[in-house]
Amino acid sequence: MCLGVPGRVVAVEGDIAQVDFWGVTKPVRLDVVDAPVAPGDYVLNHVGFAIRRIPAEEIGETLALYDELLRRAGPDDLMAADVASELEATK
Amino acid sequence: MSELARMKFRDPARAAGLEDALAMQAKALGRSEPVSIMHVCGSHEQAIARFGLRAAFPPELDVVMGPGCPVCVTDVPEVDEAVALALQGVRIATYGDMLRVPGTSRSLADVRAAGKNVDVVYGAAQAVELARKVDEEVVFFASGFETTAVATAAVLLAGVPANFSILSAHKYIPPVMEIVAEMPGSKIEGFLAAGHAATITGWAVFQRFVERHDTPVVVAGFEPLDILAGLVRLVEIIGSGAPRVENMFPRCVTRDGNREAQDRLWRVFEPQGGRWRGIAHVPNGNLRLRDEFAAFDARRRFDIDMSSLWDHAPPVLVAQCQCGDIMAGIASPHDCPLFGHECTPDAPIGACMVSAEGTCKIWHQYGGHPDLRQIRRRA
Repeated sequence: MCLGVPGRVVAVEGDIAQVDFWGVTKPVRLDVVDAPVAPGDYVLNHVGFAIRRIPAEEIGETLALYDELLRRAGPDDLMAADVASELEATK
Repeated sequence: MSELARMKFRDPARAAGLEDALAMQAKALGRSEPVSIMHVCGSHEQAIARFGLRAAFPPELDVVMGPGCPVCVTDVPEVDEAVALALQGVRIATYGDMLRVPGTSRSLADVRAAGKNVDVVYGAAQAVELARKVDEEVVFFASGFETTAVATAAVLLAGVPANFSILSAHKYIPPVMEIVAEMPGSKIEGFLAAGHAATITGWAVFQRFVERHDTPVVVAGFEPLDILAGLVRLVEIIGSGAPRVENMFPRCVTRDGNREAQDRLWRVFEPQGGRWRGIAHVPNGNLRLRDEFAAFDARRRFDIDMSSLWDHAPPVLVAQCQCGDIMAGIASPHDCPLFGHECTPDAPIGACMVSAEGTCKIWHQYGGHPDLRQIRRRA
């Protein structure tokens, strides 16, 4: 429950961003994000809210864990399940 | 998947370098007993177990999980409040992991099976949506540390329907670190703080702890390399004898954290002392809705009658559950006679076997032997 998930902002409309998570676009709320976001930015998301705009030069490091989880995870993988729950929270 | 197949590192050369550095730093401490480091995050334990990281730890180092599972530390009376509300006909919305957390005599899953309305949601916003669709009272039974409490606060500030209220079991991590550090028998010499919680609070929040307890804190991310790098630095600081806070996750964590998020968190919640299941009373460890939001506080909106739940004795095996000591870092799941026998993810006795962030569930799920050194000893 404390593992946020990064995604790439596709569009921003008011307090909602459309964010791409590995090919799936979902709405994420921007109420509490720490800096203004624009399309192309990466944000860290937690239970439906962006909590951090991730500096572009550091995104490779950040995505690596999730790539690994999404590519290799089996059905019993707790970390991958947490990532899936996080994405469900964004509807 | 075999144990070795889990040991995939994005950058094997860097992983090997960190493993060597960790061994060197730990050996340099020159101890006869291993040095104990505690992390306070279920996601850290998942990563350590999933990637078999304990195999890369030198024998001079013990890394234990502390009270880092918000579902697990939700206290029995808090579950009883939610169960009683459901029995009173109120609709409960909560995170899936909360369903099977034991109350005194019943869990939310029990009363749901008995026909009461208990809905699983993935977040506070979905609980609000549910309330908008129905006429009846909806109570969001909210668990989670500061990272998750921010979302609950933001949802409330954005406006909620009149039939929505919150039963807060939200908890705040910094105060419980003080409690664990002061526990009799605690051998913890350093803390690895969770990167995403610190994204909200910032790393400076730990400075007071370091000064009071002379114990260093290193903020770390969740990738295997992040965790190894965090541990290397933590052991190095322990060896230096000059405790301090160090941020090893600067791509997400800043000195002061996310002020927007903190502003919302503290506008809606105030810290209050309360019991954490199996651990202790934690001063300022619980997050209570401020008086301005009393109308949305389920504890003040409803007369919650828990007396019927106390007519039944808890199941006998509960007395043997070691969750409290495990979350305090004093015991490991292998010290519990129930672990993997009477207590399994399909039939959990204690909260640590219920939640995906609980130490027992993580150890059970990843083979029960997340420390590859133990496997090698057996081989």
